[in-house]
Amino acid sequence: MMGLNTSQRWGFALLFGLIALAGAEALFWQGDIALQQLDAAFEGPSLAEPFGRDHFGRSNFARLASALRTSLLMAICSVALSSVLGVALGMAAGWKRGAVDRTLSFVVNVLLALPGLILVLLFGALIPGSFAMLYLAISLVLWVDYFRLIRARTISLIRSPEVEASRLYGFGVWYIFKRHLWPNFRKDVYTLSCFGAGNAVLALASIGFVYVGLKPPHAELGLMMVELFPYYSDAPWVLLQPLCAVICLVLSFHMIAGTVDE
Amino acid sequence: MLIKILGRRLAQAVFVAWAVGTLTFFLMNLLPGDFAYRIAAGRYGYDYVNQAAADAVRAELGLDRSVWLQYLDWFRDLLRFNLGDSLVSGNPVSQELAHQLGHSLQLALFASLLSLLIAVPLGLYAGRQVGSALDRASLFISVLLRAQPVFVIGLVLVLIFALQFQLLPVAGFGGSRYLILPALSLALSMAALSSRMIRNATHQVLGSSYYQFARFKGLSEQQAFTHHAQPNIALPVVAFIGIQAVSLIEGIVMIESLFSWPGIGHALAHAIFGRDVPMIQGAALVMGLLFVLINLLVDLCCYWLDPRQREEGLQ
Repeated sequence: MMGLNTSQRWGFALLFGLIALAGAEALFWQGDIALQQLDAAFEGPSLAEPFGRDHFGRSNFARLASALRTSLLMAICSVALSSVLGVALGMAAGWKRGAVDRTLSFVVNVLLALPGLILVLLFGALIPGSFAMLYLAISLVLWVDYFRLIRARTISLIRSPEVEASRLYGFGVWYIFKRHLWPNFRKDVYTLSCFGAGNAVLALASIGFVYVGLKPPHAELGLMMVELFPYYSDAPWVLLQPLCAVICLVLSFHMIAGTVDE
Repeated sequence: MLIKILGRRLAQAVFVAWAVGTLTFFLMNLLPGDFAYRIAAGRYGYDYVNQAAADAVRAELGLDRSVWLQYLDWFRDLLRFNLGDSLVSGNPVSQELAHQLGHSLQLALFASLLSLLIAVPLGLYAGRQVGSALDRASLFISVLLRAQPVFVIGLVLVLIFALQFQLLPVAGFGGSRYLILPALSLALSMAALSSRMIRNATHQVLGSSYYQFARFKGLSEQQAFTHHAQPNIALPVVAFIGIQAVSLIEGIVMIESLFSWPGIGHALAHAIFGRDVPMIQGAALVMGLLFVLINLLVDLCCYWLDPRQREEGLQ
């Protein structure tokens, strides 16, 4: 991770800016996302409420920061689960082949038969408004990419002379993974993780937007857009906040990947 | 080879039908809450629901039987292409889907055509002039568009063209005026990726040794491009359309919901919200099959475009 290119530096700056924003709210403002003050609806920005108030007079800053924390948590958790699962199972399938490979590849084909968002929608319907369910669904969609890449890589690497030599010397699975496989995977897993994080944020916002994701009064970026859209003519600046937040968040993950400028 | 392509996609279609059917059925049966009450509320209005109404609905729809019996029942119906009746509206699902499928296909087709109309000229030009101002501008816009969900693109278009300048309707369905904004939003989100893909393919082909050779042996730029570059650019681009089928289907769900377009995606989101099991199954099934169909068409196009695949089949 030594030499960061320009795009990655800007990406990290953007991401840390968003994290700082969400963190500062939790530390210093500590607003309530559900507290309504109907007489203060669409109140302009002030020091106490830097982002103004929404149609129910709720604190926009509190809601935006809470939504950002939810999205970030979803991105980090689902990337963590899917990458560990994808790498571990991909290695198992590529290394053992046989029944393990056939079973796992079958499961992957089931998952690939449907577009990912449809799968997430169906899972979202299972327990409406459940973060855990969405987390599971998004991870289930994301791990497939890791699995396919790692499986293909493992099949060719495991036959290479250096791995064969290591195995003949009697080195264990962990040593071979650390010494031979991981250095080969690292870069691609990193790129996949960055785009996976972006996709997790997009998926969460998307199903919030069609009203199947997290439920009100929960603050969630996609849900905030639907809620605020009817009030566009009253206060366009309120609607712009979740729009910009989603774009900045996803953009930062894509820029961190560092492959944007090809 | 052709048989192999058809066989593979047919197997996938059967597989999708089985997987979607089973998955949605069991997912929906695990839902908390009483179906009968929800359906009774949907039919008679929330103020008129009582135990008797719920029981009547339960008996009528056979919701009191065991899960396995209901599943077997559904599967038998599927084999007869009978998708059942919507639990909310009472109409046959297949009838509603047939009605909606046309609208979804219309949207998908126009969006795909529009995205190609944007992406192909832009990609070809940027690929010929790598590093030019237009190339960098298209990269910047593409990165920006890729960072947002497709419905944000739709929202922004609505804000600009419908609310600000009042040129086009905000949402709904009617004449061709209603098709423009949804199709354009989908097209932009797809073109953001495919234009870069076309640009890279063009750049690669123009730098290749076979293209250089065609130029050296005396073909004009136009001739070399038509006979040596075009087929080789077309192949990865067509294959990429298959990959984009995922974003097309996902985009249809989002965009139809945003614009209240009466298609399958809108129906799916509504059905999930209303827990209308047969409708969810039907809509997800059609979405899955549409996905397979697009992939099949792409496979066939690649087969037709690539003489190598055809020769492989002859041997």
